[in-house]
Amino acid sequence: MDPILILEQTLNGLQLGVTLFLMAAGLTLVFGIMNLVNLAHGSLYMVGAYLWVLFAKLTGSYLAGVALALAGTLAIGVLVEIVALRTLYDRDHLDQVLATFGLILFFNELVAILWGRAAIYAFAPAWLSGHVELFAGLRYPLYRLAIIAVGIAVAAGLWYVVTRTRLGMLIRAGASNRTMVAALGVNIRLLYTVVFGFGAALAGLAGLMAGPIYTVEPGMGEKILIEVFVVIVIGGIGSIRGALAGALIVGMVDTLGRAFLKPTLATVLSPTAADAAGPAIASMLIYLLMAVILALRPAGLFPARG
Amino acid sequence: MRIAFRTLFAGLVVASLAAAPALAQQKVKIGFITTLSGPQGVIGEHMRQSVELALDHLGRKMGGLDVEVIYGDDQFKPDVGKQVADEMLKKHQVNFVSGIIWSNVMLAVAPTVTDAGTFMIGTNAGPHDLAGKMCNELFFTTSWQNDQTPEAMGKHMTEKGITDVYLMAPNYAAGKDMITGFKRYFKGKIVDEVYTKLGQTDYQAELSQLRAKKPKVVFVFYPGGMGISFLRQYSEAGLRGQFPLYSVYTVDEISIPAVKHAALGQYETRYWSPDLKNPANEKYVADFRKKYGKLPVFYGAQSYDGILLIDSAVRAVKGNLADKKGMIAAMRKVDYKSVRGKYTYNVNHFPIQNFYLLKAVSGGSPGADPVLEVQETVFKDHKDAYYQDCPMKW
Repeated sequence: MDPILILEQTLNGLQLGVTLFLMAAGLTLVFGIMNLVNLAHGSLYMVGAYLWVLFAKLTGSYLAGVALALAGTLAIGVLVEIVALRTLYDRDHLDQVLATFGLILFFNELVAILWGRAAIYAFAPAWLSGHVELFAGLRYPLYRLAIIAVGIAVAAGLWYVVTRTRLGMLIRAGASNRTMVAALGVNIRLLYTVVFGFGAALAGLAGLMAGPIYTVEPGMGEKILIEVFVVIVIGGIGSIRGALAGALIVGMVDTLGRAFLKPTLATVLSPTAADAAGPAIASMLIYLLMAVILALRPAGLFPARG
Repeated sequence: MRIAFRTLFAGLVVASLAAAPALAQQKVKIGFITTLSGPQGVIGEHMRQSVELALDHLGRKMGGLDVEVIYGDDQFKPDVGKQVADEMLKKHQVNFVSGIIWSNVMLAVAPTVTDAGTFMIGTNAGPHDLAGKMCNELFFTTSWQNDQTPEAMGKHMTEKGITDVYLMAPNYAAGKDMITGFKRYFKGKIVDEVYTKLGQTDYQAELSQLRAKKPKVVFVFYPGGMGISFLRQYSEAGLRGQFPLYSVYTVDEISIPAVKHAALGQYETRYWSPDLKNPANEKYVADFRKKYGKLPVFYGAQSYDGILLIDSAVRAVKGNLADKKGMIAAMRKVDYKSVRGKYTYNVNHFPIQNFYLLKAVSGGSPGADPVLEVQETVFKDHKDAYYQDCPMKW
């Protein structure tokens, strides 16, 4: 097979993977540390995209829009944690699912009231548009390269914070044994708020970067949220390492499946059968993968505890 | 006395119960179902606006009766579309159901409506099943059968001697119809044929695949929001300079304002265009621009026609909405001024009509969006490929 094509599809997979990672990092920490199932994480992704559209228009600058949108999503995340989620930590998961599902409806309706139901088509700034010729025969959209770069930088930053700082130590300790951390006199409430706020900002970052590629619309977060749950189940709940591995695996499997499954099937099946089966199997590949991993390693690839 | 009063009272109650449906029948009720939310909601908005314009032009009356249009949002989902149709039939007791953008939604809604003995006036989707075996005397459409438009593009590209084509469409009823129609008239070589998920927003993986296959040209069908994403990503990936793009239902008055100059020079085939010269169309386009400040799109033109077709039927039976046979006979005559000019109905109630080659050209003033212009007639009085399978005779 064409090596340039494989390289290009790998880049595509990487780009999807880092977007998923930005979402999964926050979600898995919230789940691991606070023991909270937060279905509304996708709403924060949507809020990030809408705030970026709003601030980029108001300030007339892409970067100012990004900075303000990140700050805004962080603030909204903290607010949601203080107002709604604090009361849910001691409740069982079903209550949390119900309450955070309510938050999804609330946020979708809120953006529909403020911006309307029609999708908004946002554009990347001129200096990030177009494509670059990586080498002969491989043109790649500049904006997608930028997403990959930002994703890798954030992953490296997170790794540093989690493994090399006091905050990171507390986060890891919280993920392994919450009660003990609280017993040692750490203000666990504050830790929860901080973690949730930064998780929200990361989701917002993923959303605002996705804005110019996809469309900004109410409910945009739910589509990606399902894939993000697959990521954290594969990676192991509460583990940042797991989130990174899971995101890259899901990104690659999904992209490579869409690209290469049909031609591969065509070598063993008839072309019509491959035409029918290829796209169908490609769209469920990540769920099949999740099922296999759940069967073999129920705690995921990199479980946080034990 | 006491008994007389009770009898009188009971009589009043019965009379008022009987009078209620009769009163309700004093107006024509149309349930218009389309997609009003999400990235595809922009299509539904155009359709709704054209319906309102048609009602304005009719003075909000049909055959002397008041008209009430109830809008329903199918959310781009067949099951929701069917639910909304049920609500239109049972709760609102509509006389006509109209609209429907998506073929998969249409396949769920049309049988529900016609089985209930109500008219279904399609104003976009034209899945082949409804043109063939599933044709129904209560089903009419003011649009086209899905295969017809790509057939025109296939014919045009064959005549131009174009070969090595790469085909792409969403994986659903209409996507399959579009590719089938294209292949029916295209005689050149097909490099590959790719179906993507319906409603997909990211085409990067498929575009990488496309480049590696090195076709000469690309033919796609990506309606609504999908087209906007596809066209933008096609340009971003630098493919526009490499492989000329031909399309159906992808570059239109909805996608052009979102993709702007990326659409310039692109070819489409269509049965209608805002620049078609006939009095009905000139009035429609001018009034639409005046009312909404933008150009109408074919989805709207069909919906405008749909309301006029219903009006022609109600007029013919002089407001007697129980006379379904009379209304069927009236609609078969196409006794209204369609914005596409004259057309006739085939036995399956699909139009026999012309198809044109359109090109996106510069919009005149600098900075203006490109506009679509008719270049030539590809098919005259073109029939769909399925009408012989339709058992209906008239």
